[in-house]
Amino acid sequence: MSVLTLQSVDAAPWGDPVLTDINLQLEPGEVIGLIGPNGAGKSSLLRLLAGDFAATSGSLRLAGRALDSWPRQQLAQRRAFLPQLSLLNFPYTVEEVVLLGRTPHSTGLRADQDIVRQVLRATDTLSLRNRLYTQLSGGERQRVQLARVLAQLWHTTDMSGTLLLLDEPTAALDLAHQQQLTTVIADIAARGCAVMLVVHDVNLAASVSDRLLVLNAGQAVASGSPEAVLTPALFRELFHAEVLVQPHPNGRQPLVIGL
Amino acid sequence: MITNVIHRRRRAQRLLLLLVIMLPLTMLLALGSGAVKIAPGDTLSALLGADRGQASLIVQQIRLPRVLLAAIIGATLAMSGAAMQGLFRNPLADPSLIGVTAGASLGASLLIVAGGSSLTGFMGLSLVSLAAFVGGVLAVLLVYRLASSDNGTSVATMLLAGIAITALAGAAGSLLEFFTDNERLRQISLWKMGGLDGATLPRLLLATVVAGSVLLVLPRYALPLNTLLLGESEARHLGIAVNRTKLALITWVAIGVGTSVALVGTIAFVGLVVPHIVRLLIGPDHRTLLPASALGGAILLVCADALSRTLLAPTELPVGIITALIGVPFFISLLRQRHHYGMQT
Repeated sequence: MSVLTLQSVDAAPWGDPVLTDINLQLEPGEVIGLIGPNGAGKSSLLRLLAGDFAATSGSLRLAGRALDSWPRQQLAQRRAFLPQLSLLNFPYTVEEVVLLGRTPHSTGLRADQDIVRQVLRATDTLSLRNRLYTQLSGGERQRVQLARVLAQLWHTTDMSGTLLLLDEPTAALDLAHQQQLTTVIADIAARGCAVMLVVHDVNLAASVSDRLLVLNAGQAVASGSPEAVLTPALFRELFHAEVLVQPHPNGRQPLVIGL
Repeated sequence: MITNVIHRRRRAQRLLLLLVIMLPLTMLLALGSGAVKIAPGDTLSALLGADRGQASLIVQQIRLPRVLLAAIIGATLAMSGAAMQGLFRNPLADPSLIGVTAGASLGASLLIVAGGSSLTGFMGLSLVSLAAFVGGVLAVLLVYRLASSDNGTSVATMLLAGIAITALAGAAGSLLEFFTDNERLRQISLWKMGGLDGATLPRLLLATVVAGSVLLVLPRYALPLNTLLLGESEARHLGIAVNRTKLALITWVAIGVGTSVALVGTIAFVGLVVPHIVRLLIGPDHRTLLPASALGGAILLVCADALSRTLLAPTELPVGIITALIGVPFFISLLRQRHHYGMQT
């Protein structure tokens, strides 16, 4: 069963439409990257799926069930969202922050700490676990928040039916940690977690995603494999930028070079 | 500062235990202090009814209701403060921010100016207290209405609406004070300073029932408050019924603080300083922060009240002055080393 199905979804949370006629299907283990210029509606789509506002029309289904009919706690066990910005300014330790990700589950402190250890290792934050969140750098905070949303959905073997929404998870990360994030995403996708993420670096988006969805002015203008979607014409039209698209030396994806 | 979760929780347990032991000791000392000094041993025997002399009369009839009232009010103010700071995600938030204190002051002033201060209400409560309670709760309702829209309640708007309503109530209060006569002006001013001298059995009973239920209910929101520190959307994504939680917290805090203002007037700093100090010591986990703040608030107010009775005995100082005088230097010293505890603001 599809994890997520959107049929002709419109959303206008502040009066003007921000998303128009979005159709989308996401299977377990699939990774979909959202790209598009600033203000295209990428974050809005994630926030719509995170339940921050309701669709004005159309149907949104998570695992076959209308999104707004899910009981709160069960929904939180299946769907996690990493926002762009974190507002936390209270001195929790890193481990405490990540433990908060286990709030929807009642698995007990021992099991939770075990999961927390695994996600801390996956995000290279294990050495930070006893530090205070408020004393971390921007990149470290972003990895800790990522660990928190991973902990919310984490299962060592089967994560099918879960949906992870990531809004610019790499914005503050250095190159090594960007690559590590790619590994983590591939890893949880292999266990069945469906991932939707917004990334501005199109090459990173191409390397991590099975499929790209291109948004412009709230509408889906292209969708498909990175090879099919990333063309010089698209960049000219959407970003008003001239690019060269070459096969990547790794042979698995296209490589976009700005001119 | 390196802190393991388990160590932090153990430290929180130790602090709770320490406070649980300190509170009765503080209360015992407070029962013995005042215009007539009574040794702790004699206080204890007076309490247990072993001695039927003057000490027994003073301890049981006069000081016991007062010390108990101080403990309950202190606990309620501090726990309400902790809950408000969590809800507003701001360590400097205070229950008075949502308008309850200013509304209560205006309610009381209105009644005093209207000449109702000599009338008694029910259960030994003066009409002034009732007016203060009504004023406080009305102000909170108004602030809540102003900050609510179809999309829920904006905490930032509530803060601003709280400031606006506080200013408005303050202006209206000043206007009343400007036009009233000197005697009533002094009544208003004394009421505002707060005091526990009106501690009678009926008042204590009322405080126990109302504030006691606030003290029992607020800790049930510890986990939602923990997630709210991440942000409201984040709490919602973790499965918390955010709007219901906010409404419940605001309502209980309004009831608790409204009752305390109605009974003992405005007592500054307990709600602000105590949770802040506790958080610096054991971290922001509300499961321990809320009870530890309550105990700390009770201890602070019992101490402050004992000092207010002894410093210039037989004259009593308003207790709000003492809480500020004790709390503020301690607070400032902690603020100066706040980086040590990881506080940014």
